[in-house]
Amino acid sequence: MATVKKPVKPKAQTPKPKESNDTAKLVVLMQGNEAVARGALDAGINFFAGYPITPSTEIAEILSVELPLRNGVFIQMEDEIASICAITGASLAGAKSLTATSGPGFSLMQEGIGYAKLTETPCVVVNVMRNGPSTGMPTSPGQGDIMQSRWGSHGDSPAIVLYPNSVKESYELTIRAVNLSEKYRTCVILLMDEVIGHMREAVSLPDISKVRVISRIKPTVPPHWYKHYDENQKYMSPIASFGEGYRYNVTGLTHDALGFPTNKSAEANVMMERLRKKISYNIRDLVQIESYQMEDAKIAVFAAGITSRAAKSAVAAARAEGIKVGLLRPLTIWPFPDDAAKMMLRNVDTVIVPELNQGQLEHEIQRLKEQKTSTLIPIQKADGTLITPNDILRVIREVH
Amino acid sequence: MATISQKVIHEYLRHDKKFPHVWCAGCSNGIVLGAIIRAFADMQINRDDYIMVSGIGCSSRMPVYVDLNTLHTLHGRAIAYATGVKMHKPKMKVIVITGDGDCTAIGGNHLIHAARRNIDITVILVNNNIYGMTGGQCSPTTPNGAFATTASYGNIEPDFNICDLAMGAGASYVARTTAFHTQETQNMVKEAINHPGFSIIEVVSACPVIYGRLNKKGGAPEMMKNFRDNSVPLAAVDKLPPEKVEGKIIRGVLRKEIRAEFTDAYAQLCVKAQSMGGGNE
Repeated sequence: MATVKKPVKPKAQTPKPKESNDTAKLVVLMQGNEAVARGALDAGINFFAGYPITPSTEIAEILSVELPLRNGVFIQMEDEIASICAITGASLAGAKSLTATSGPGFSLMQEGIGYAKLTETPCVVVNVMRNGPSTGMPTSPGQGDIMQSRWGSHGDSPAIVLYPNSVKESYELTIRAVNLSEKYRTCVILLMDEVIGHMREAVSLPDISKVRVISRIKPTVPPHWYKHYDENQKYMSPIASFGEGYRYNVTGLTHDALGFPTNKSAEANVMMERLRKKISYNIRDLVQIESYQMEDAKIAVFAAGITSRAAKSAVAAARAEGIKVGLLRPLTIWPFPDDAAKMMLRNVDTVIVPELNQGQLEHEIQRLKEQKTSTLIPIQKADGTLITPNDILRVIREVH
Repeated sequence: MATISQKVIHEYLRHDKKFPHVWCAGCSNGIVLGAIIRAFADMQINRDDYIMVSGIGCSSRMPVYVDLNTLHTLHGRAIAYATGVKMHKPKMKVIVITGDGDCTAIGGNHLIHAARRNIDITVILVNNNIYGMTGGQCSPTTPNGAFATTASYGNIEPDFNICDLAMGAGASYVARTTAFHTQETQNMVKEAINHPGFSIIEVVSACPVIYGRLNKKGGAPEMMKNFRDNSVPLAAVDKLPPEKVEGKIIRGVLRKEIRAEFTDAYAQLCVKAQSMGGGNE
């Protein structure tokens, strides 16, 4: 990996600056995709299966070097469908697993993502988005997979989707994605922008011993008492791994608490409610937002990922001109931050929603907008170029 | 035909809530399952170390009845899930139960690549020449000229020879038998499980309710008699005149060779990577 390492804050009494494993933070110049790979390793990922696709390929390349050093598994599969299946199988055998892809591969994975969610198998899918639909413009940026990451798989399957806007945050949210997948027993999706995946920024990495790593709960009951979907465990029941003496069944069919197929509507209802509630009853744990200059704002910009950085620059520039404008940014895009967005809509006169698609975040803001409250102004681009700070600043000035 | 003792049933099938099974009267799936659990009994397997993985289809409903670790996955994808399990836990014995549509149509890509890697997975492919679960559509092994609900005028496509396909892709153990030859199936299952590499057994089987009816093959007994009378052991092929082999099902172990196995190769790669201290940078 092309990294520049330098120690910061050497201790006063240390004669020479040195890289210390225990105290000093490392400041490293790295790419967003590199940060994802590093975050995955620091979160305990020990299984990667994937298929090459720009702009995500660096994640596979780095892990193909790093995982064998740690006795983890890297396997290049025959396609993206096989990749999501392999990481799900590995997770059931006890691995912490991850795959990385981009739009076309993400589309192919949708059935497998639904399977991982229905079977409540922890795993992480990184989607470094590119302009689409179809093959699109490889590989210009686009934010067209916001809705697919929530609704891409058939049937009702609530989603956890995280969305960083910097290289550092790519590292942090990768760790969070792995942790949430283990905690909530589901397939968590990390949405990345092409620009962030390929951009290099200085990142101060935390001391690895201070990284909080969550692992799935293991059962303590004897095998004949084990229920793979124990309804009494607050939707986050223990998971035995295959090969540990708990010979249970996993199926993509609607199943009962033991994991056996069922056609009884009462049992189907228990399963479906469990999938729903484990997300909707834990919104406070799942939703993360950044609020910037929103306290007295009359105009708000609602943006995510790379577009939020242009928005932040625009907000700062507008503030310098005395315009009362703020930024609200979701780090968790699904479940959608309904409460924060509603509060924003109530408190400001105008909400500007810039995004690199034809209106996916706008759709959600529209859904939450009550009559007679604020005005919604979309700024949309799906031509493979970015929305610039000036594009947003111009609209802020017009509104003001 | 061999019988299955209550002891074997008690030991290797699940007792609660799973029966009656989903298969039609006369279906070969139960016969194949019987051969598999008798093989388990012969081998005295440790059930905790075994996992049975399947896709979607009639035969893919088999694992849920068996008292092992069982994983019923997506249509066509059993081998891909099995690859994940095997790579993470190479010591586990991984058996894939699949059908002709599941494994050679929608799942064909995973079959050929698992065979190419020579990963130590045993695939038991129950070939009934039709999509049974969806009601009798044409599959890649429906013979040319045969009838299916999507081939009402007769199938115009040539059919796959599954064993040739697997051998062409690099499988290191390839065998074919029929549902009539239960003892042979049982022996092949044992041999395939013990084989260190990718193994596949094609069990030519009967779907009397759909395939048999659409193609006037008679009921289950007639189809079984057909397997008995129209199959030839591999050892006899060279001794018979060509006209007596033409159109017959060739039974036997078509390939058995030892080649580098994938999880072993991966373990060696880890040792190499660690001795190099990381990458080629």
